[in-house]
Amino acid sequence: MSETTPTNTVLKITLDTLKIGQEARVDRVRGGRANAQRLQEMGLIAGTTIRILKFAPLGDPIEIFLRGYHLTLRREEAAFIEVTPL
Amino acid sequence: MSLDSLSAPIAPSSSASRTIALAGNPNCGKTTLFNALTGLRQRVGNYAGVTVEKKEGKLQVGETDVNVVDIPGIYSLSARSLDEQVARNVLLGTQADASRPDFIVSIVDASNLERNLYLTTQLMELGRPVLVALNMMDVAAQNGIDIDAAALGEALGVPVLPIVASREVGLEPLKRRLVEPLPPLPKRHWKLAPSLEDEIKKLADFLTEHQLIEPLAAEGEAIRLLLNDMEAAPVQIELPPELENRIIQARERLEAADIDWWAVEAEARYGWIKHICAHAVVTAEGFKHTTSDKIDRVVTHRILGPLFFAFILILVFESISRFAQYPMDLIGGFFDYAGDWVRGLVPPGDMQGLLADGVIPGVGGVITFLPQILILSFFISLLEDSGYMARAAFIMDRIMRRVGLNGKSFIPLLSSFACAIPGIMATRTIENPKDRLVTILIAPLMSCSARLPVYLLMIHTFFPSGKRIGIFSTQTVVLFSMYVLGIVAAIGMGWLFKKTLLRGHSPPLIMELPPYRFPAWRNVFSTMLTRAGQFLQRAGTVILAISMVLWFLAAYPKNIQLSRNYATERQQMETRFQAGQLTEAEKEQQLAELKVAEASERSRKSYLGTMGHTLEPAIRPLGFNWKIGIGLISAFAAREVIISTMAIVYSVGDDEANENTQSLQKALQNDRYPDGRPVYTPLVAVALMVFFVLALQCMSTFAIVRRETNSWRWPFFMLGYMTALAYVTTLIVYQGGRMLGF
Repeated sequence: MSETTPTNTVLKITLDTLKIGQEARVDRVRGGRANAQRLQEMGLIAGTTIRILKFAPLGDPIEIFLRGYHLTLRREEAAFIEVTPL
Repeated sequence: MSLDSLSAPIAPSSSASRTIALAGNPNCGKTTLFNALTGLRQRVGNYAGVTVEKKEGKLQVGETDVNVVDIPGIYSLSARSLDEQVARNVLLGTQADASRPDFIVSIVDASNLERNLYLTTQLMELGRPVLVALNMMDVAAQNGIDIDAAALGEALGVPVLPIVASREVGLEPLKRRLVEPLPPLPKRHWKLAPSLEDEIKKLADFLTEHQLIEPLAAEGEAIRLLLNDMEAAPVQIELPPELENRIIQARERLEAADIDWWAVEAEARYGWIKHICAHAVVTAEGFKHTTSDKIDRVVTHRILGPLFFAFILILVFESISRFAQYPMDLIGGFFDYAGDWVRGLVPPGDMQGLLADGVIPGVGGVITFLPQILILSFFISLLEDSGYMARAAFIMDRIMRRVGLNGKSFIPLLSSFACAIPGIMATRTIENPKDRLVTILIAPLMSCSARLPVYLLMIHTFFPSGKRIGIFSTQTVVLFSMYVLGIVAAIGMGWLFKKTLLRGHSPPLIMELPPYRFPAWRNVFSTMLTRAGQFLQRAGTVILAISMVLWFLAAYPKNIQLSRNYATERQQMETRFQAGQLTEAEKEQQLAELKVAEASERSRKSYLGTMGHTLEPAIRPLGFNWKIGIGLISAFAAREVIISTMAIVYSVGDDEANENTQSLQKALQNDRYPDGRPVYTPLVAVALMVFFVLALQCMSTFAIVRRETNSWRWPFFMLGYMTALAYVTTLIVYQGGRMLGF
């Protein structure tokens, strides 16, 4: 499949796959519109630099740092946020 | 109307009054500023028809009375949640029971500038002048953020005043600004793609033409309506069909042009914010470990975090059982004294009975528990104010998710430990309606402070204080178990509801973890006083009424058929004493026994006794007698009422009774079935507590659920399922306990 439609299967890195301490730039927020809008309102828009700070004691949710504050979101939502590691 | 003069300047007025609104993100210090501005001159209530808290206060600046409206803490005005909707309505003047603010003070956390300014950009589109109060300048400085307030004001186009609300720095200039004229709002600086701007203009014109909104706010409203996906909003606002059609058509046109209309607003606003900050802010870029992060290294640590959380819970409950006793005894003593005083003042009869045996012990028995409510609400507001509550949600989210809820449900549930009513009201931060409903349905299973008196009465009466299990006293362990039972039941029922009645996807958890702050004592104490006030109001009204009704039910009917003629017997004793057949001591003892027998028979044959007896066959399998039955009947009004009821049931007709908790404890310990078995054993005490953990015995919760769900169906459903759960569980506990030989 990937040989026939290479443009559709470019593997995008998503926020949930990053490691603690890693920094990344947000490229795109996908997912449902309402959810995406909530994330955008909180400052997660294209170009924003984020840093992975911590996972909760049971491995989820994730704590990230952006725009000078701390935000927590689940891996499930983080999987909709496409990033470029820095 | 030209865009260049979006609002007319407000003329200075020397003796007029004006209304201002305080708006800001959660954790921006809004409450601190509100308290600092208004002191104790505030009123807390609800907006009509909804349970969003309405806080208003007053201050005087020179000759001008300033009315301050505290808007709920929100991140955005897109009106996706109930808080956001109400905030928008109040600011636009469309909320029926709130006058429109003359201008808006936008409180901005200087240490978290970009995200806080997002709301400010929206506030600037409502057609009212905006003043930015740049709060927490000290924290910003500590974090290496240097803000030029004047330059920021210049770039934003609205005045910016730096303040530190917690230390009351900069408040005088702010107060002066509140009564001065403000410059007109600037026109919108941030711009979208021309095709989008086109659609916004068309929609704004339509809104203005049809007078759906005032001209000054039309553009902002058009942006909100066009660019926000409201499908997930908890309360759908009915739009005029033509407007609805226009929005749909505009979106279709944009989609045809390959424009993601739902993704542009935040980018444009943040783009502008970035531009502004570039002018006014010098930041030590990147991530730095702050004190808050150091605290979090322990508090949200993989292993230490949950341990710390458990420690906090135990600390709270241990404090309540330790520190409340002395003030409770003091209050109890006061009401005993008041009862005696009334007996000396009012001649014997119905009036004396009503006051000394009904009203005073009834209300007193409830007010006695004020110290515990104060201690608990102290801890809860401390945890909220310090920033720990969000960490609790962070730690608990994974577990709450098993139930099908998110960490946000944890905060309303945790608040329900103080009282289910504010807890249920706090569920409005949950955007998903089904999750909100599930949280509402299980919130009353959290052991609220009204249950605490019942637990403590049972525990202090039937579990000796000296015994220990490990390092904790038995009493603490039993108390803790009751709280755990409530939590377990809530998790189980929540899971069940999500699997059956209210199936649906878990909503996302998108939550700020605010930096830890030293709690503002003023906020903590003001919350404590509000809670105590609400509690006393209930004690003063509902419980007063119930005490009077219950006294009547317990004291009447008077002319009942008694099995013995007590008056004749008393006379016979006197005669025998005078004839020398009885010693003084023997006479006194027999008289006392006679008195108890009479009181007992009278209460058995009273209206209340009849009701208790009727209920007895149903509750006998739970280990409860008819007196407990009476208590349960009255406790369906409010849980804590059972104590005053028991005080009345055990002392009606006894002139020398003092209804404080200690004499009630003795009465309970000494109560016997006709065959001599004690009515109360530790097992019965546990069974009674279990029933109280699980049953919905609170009129106020019932009423608030009716209002929050806007239906009768859910409060009745709640009453039904909780009663069934309580009955079955208590049955299992009592019968199981007996089989095990307790």
